[in-house]
Amino acid sequence: MSSAVIQPETISATAEERKWAIAKRYWYLVTLIVPAILIFSGVMAIETNSGQWLWLLTVVFFIVIPIVDFIFGADSFNPSKEEQDALKDDSYYKKILYAATAFQWLGLASMTCVVTQGDFSWFNILGAVLSVGAMHAVGLTMSHELGHKMNDKAQVVAAQICSACSGYAHFNIEHNKGHHKDVATPDDPASSRMGESLYKFALRELPGAARRGWSLEASRLKRQKRSAFSIHNELLQSLMITVVAYGAMTYFFGWMALPFLLITAVYGWFQLTMANFIEHYGLLRQTLENGRFERCQPHHSWNNNFKASNLLTLHLQRHSDHHAHPTRPYQLLRDYHDAPELPHGYPAMMGMALIPAAWRTIMDHRVVEWAKGDMNLVNIDPAQRDEIFRQFHNPDKSKAA
Amino acid sequence: MAQYECPDCGYVYDEKTGCEREGYPAGTTWEQIPEEFPCPDCFVREKPDFESLGEIKEVGE
Repeated sequence: MSSAVIQPETISATAEERKWAIAKRYWYLVTLIVPAILIFSGVMAIETNSGQWLWLLTVVFFIVIPIVDFIFGADSFNPSKEEQDALKDDSYYKKILYAATAFQWLGLASMTCVVTQGDFSWFNILGAVLSVGAMHAVGLTMSHELGHKMNDKAQVVAAQICSACSGYAHFNIEHNKGHHKDVATPDDPASSRMGESLYKFALRELPGAARRGWSLEASRLKRQKRSAFSIHNELLQSLMITVVAYGAMTYFFGWMALPFLLITAVYGWFQLTMANFIEHYGLLRQTLENGRFERCQPHHSWNNNFKASNLLTLHLQRHSDHHAHPTRPYQLLRDYHDAPELPHGYPAMMGMALIPAAWRTIMDHRVVEWAKGDMNLVNIDPAQRDEIFRQFHNPDKSKAA
Repeated sequence: MAQYECPDCGYVYDEKTGCEREGYPAGTTWEQIPEEFPCPDCFVREKPDFESLGEIKEVGE
């Protein structure tokens, strides 16, 4: 861990922060509350016969969390070296995720049951789709956390089961071996480029990630002298869980369950796309003399340190530390004070990404400041290159400032 | 048989056990491992980054 960057744990915590650190242990249970809210909203929709309840989790995700973020502000606590040692091997933190994985499936089944058995308007069914999508977004965050623990078979299997809930079988393979290797370079379909809209990015990221995931798994199996279609293909294993579970729900809840499950799954993938869009927008690793990209540094990820959205995303918003040490468990992730900072947490930023003009107004000048006006240092959408250079390229003036 | 450690996450490649999961069977020497081999735990360090832990003597059993 010999890095030029100031190590965050060298800054000691105040009494207030210590109190928060103790409470945080229980606040992580918010991961369980997300599917619980979905189940509760379904029950209420049936009980009160009013379909507006199906919008509940969507409202919580895109409106309530950003407001709570605004009220409670940033989480300045970083665990000290001793605290990290104690937290690291505490199995409580992964057990929450095991329980939450089961809850995710329960949430999906209960909402599928409610939507197919109840009589709701298309508008409220849309609310149910968006709400399940928000749950899938949290589910994929959990799967992401579990899937990085490659030295623990139980967590790797839990990640497969968790990804299967939204039918995103290739996620863990592609994320670990693909995204982390190529992050913040033009080679990475899961790193967004300056000038690229969320929708253009989605059309590059969704198929690009699927292709990369498959080819990485196929080459692993080839080294093992096995067929790409072997039973040992972890991508196909996860896909089989989805097929069996979605098939069973369709059998029990009727044919309408299938389009609902498929649409919510695809929307769940899109939610993950939104997260990927936010995390590295415009940031670029420079090419070294030997032709390789420099190693991923803390300044190659966008961070946000708000309390509520960090709990919801298992500290994924402390993204620089995650990329610096991908196997570090979520309860250990630290804030880097000098890393690029987003103005809001991921949920609010996702909402803004949906409106490309708003996104560019908020983010483009941050990328320019990050690059000190030198647009050669930015990951730019090739179609926008000339326009962006004309508008923003001004390295000398910024350096003088 | 020698061992090599990932400087980021602490994964140890042991020539004796290899890395079956990634398709390198037991007994695969470090020399036979390709240069672009990423750490099979964290995937952000490659073979040239690994640090040698030296020859590990067989413990007689």
